[in-house]
Amino acid sequence: MLYFSVPLGKLVRRVSRLRGGGSALPGLVVEKIDPGFMRRTLSTLPLGVAVVSGTNGKTTTTKMVVELLESQGLKVFTNRTGSNFTRGVAAALLGEVDWRGRLDADVAVLELDEAHAVHFVNKVPPRYSLLLNVLRDQLDRFGEIDKTAELLQHIASKTTGTVVLNREDPRVARIAQTLDGPEVLYFGLDDSLLSTFPNDDDMRAAPGSPVPPAPARPAADVVLRRVGADDADFEYDGATVTTAMKLRGVYNIFNAAAALTLARGVSGARGTGTDQAGLLTALSKVAPAFGRGESLVVDGLPLELVLVKNPSGFRLGLKSFPAAGYATMIAINDNYADGRDMSWLWDVEFDTLRDGGVDQLTGSRAYDMALRLQYDDVAIGAVDTEIAPALAAFIRGGQGKPKRIFCTYTAMLAIRRELSKITTVEVVS
Amino acid sequence: MTPRSPETPHELSFGHELPPEDSAAPSKGTIRVLQLYPRDMNIYGDWGNALVLAQRLRWHGYTPELLEYNVGDPFPADVDLIVGGGGQDSGQLVIQDDLLSRESILKQLADAGTPMLVICGLYQLFGKFFKTRLGSVLPGIGILDVETHGTDERLIGNVTVSSPEFGSILGYENHSGQTTLGPGVEPLGTTAKGTGNNSTDGQEGARYRNIVASYLHGSLLPKNPALADFLIRTAVERKYGSFTPGTPDDSYAVLAREHAARRPR
Repeated sequence: MLYFSVPLGKLVRRVSRLRGGGSALPGLVVEKIDPGFMRRTLSTLPLGVAVVSGTNGKTTTTKMVVELLESQGLKVFTNRTGSNFTRGVAAALLGEVDWRGRLDADVAVLELDEAHAVHFVNKVPPRYSLLLNVLRDQLDRFGEIDKTAELLQHIASKTTGTVVLNREDPRVARIAQTLDGPEVLYFGLDDSLLSTFPNDDDMRAAPGSPVPPAPARPAADVVLRRVGADDADFEYDGATVTTAMKLRGVYNIFNAAAALTLARGVSGARGTGTDQAGLLTALSKVAPAFGRGESLVVDGLPLELVLVKNPSGFRLGLKSFPAAGYATMIAINDNYADGRDMSWLWDVEFDTLRDGGVDQLTGSRAYDMALRLQYDDVAIGAVDTEIAPALAAFIRGGQGKPKRIFCTYTAMLAIRRELSKITTVEVVS
Repeated sequence: MTPRSPETPHELSFGHELPPEDSAAPSKGTIRVLQLYPRDMNIYGDWGNALVLAQRLRWHGYTPELLEYNVGDPFPADVDLIVGGGGQDSGQLVIQDDLLSRESILKQLADAGTPMLVICGLYQLFGKFFKTRLGSVLPGIGILDVETHGTDERLIGNVTVSSPEFGSILGYENHSGQTTLGPGVEPLGTTAKGTGNNSTDGQEGARYRNIVASYLHGSLLPKNPALADFLIRTAVERKYGSFTPGTPDDSYAVLAREHAARRPR
């Protein structure tokens, strides 16, 4: 064991913070000089490690699991800053361990990008994994969605305790058949909500055409039964409970069922019982993560940012946040983190925006978006590929109306930077 | 996606719907557009190509009738235009046998001059064969004199093609199969940016009779209205003898092309 690796890593972390540098460098340093650091440190946790992965909703779901477990009095280590790759976890660990490398926590809940999660679980087999979905996302990075499903399958196969799977995503649910070690728990949807969550296969599954019948679904540990304007019904342990929800958007609330399933599993493993009322109270208070339907205030009226990064997510966003009464802007960038291929815009239908039109388009591919809307007969206000002037014009023109901006990842970062000049925006490091 | 009642006509379904028709002008005629395997070969915005054909038909004063053909369906009669898309490997396996069983009807249509657009996965399967990296050979239907070899290298990124027929064509490629053309087809064009058919000869796509085959997504037709209008004009001329174009507003397409052309690979 290298006794100096932790102090050295912490020192690099301090220095790189002073320089305002990135979060991964200290993780890289400690990984290089002490490759066993992460596994050794995480293996001391009494309730082990839980990995959250999937293409959509990792950040908000991880945040929920952490807050649910904290409601049970557990100390939780997590990679809050969105460093969802192995070095990012090592860097986050360095921030939390003491100078002798000890981590004061009961359990680690880690959000991991599906490609990086594979490397992570090879180093640190998790006790729990929560696999959310396989939606078409950043195909230019992974190639194909079946490949992504294989990555998630690998995470499940390395899990030693319990694998939590999305019963309604066929590519995720199918993973259960490949496992013989870990326990499998599902989270699921009421039949009445299934049509709200088209997966990439159902996108074309039309009534009237010979679609293969849905196979019988296994029982789920937690089922989302109903989504109201500001509350939701969950069923577990044979009873249905209603809870208020601060989260907006049906897909966020479905992920709450995922978080509940995992949190119940982890908490139950203590053998001291779960504080059910505490869980629900915590769930009702969870606020959305960075850009996931978060609401800011501009000119005394709400401005909502909705992150869109793939067809299913964009469709769910349009469905979850009705356009009536709102001024609408769409910001589409095509930087690496957004995905360079614009094909995905053609798999989203924009008919719900037809009544009110879209007030402003921006981003490096604003004209691709304009073209897409033209073919769906949606009226367009103004187009400006530059985000700062477009945002200013949108805010000026939309006075007296609540506003909503659908944006890709890097467009959202730029919009938040601009908004922070005129309103309070949570700083994300 | 708008929830649809079970009695929604089958022809307009498959998860996407055309916007409602709002023109009061009398139609100059009806063109039947067949989507090949939209259920299994649908992964890279292929609906965009079908939507552009249907909407532009309207803008030119014609009535589109969107049909679909999936595995096991009866093959529709009187098809005027065919469009088919990319798919991931699992989708290609699902349609493989069915496509081979439709070889003769598709060949007849192709040789009769039916305009067709085949992208990526269906481009490969319209060729002679696809030989995987491990050496197994998936037969194609051989309408196009091309062959494809699987590789470990994935060709990904923005592409600009210069085509003698259509000018510059903009799109996005994402494939690991590499295709080479035989003497029976012409390339669609040569790549000015990006890779195209394979990493060696600088050619992209294939042309045979009225078939346009290409690796390009994007979707391909929205930003390349000249290609869309070639397919439409050919379909209308074959059915009605002559084509009287309308005046689609392509100003967003022009601007989208300008901005796309400036983006990195």
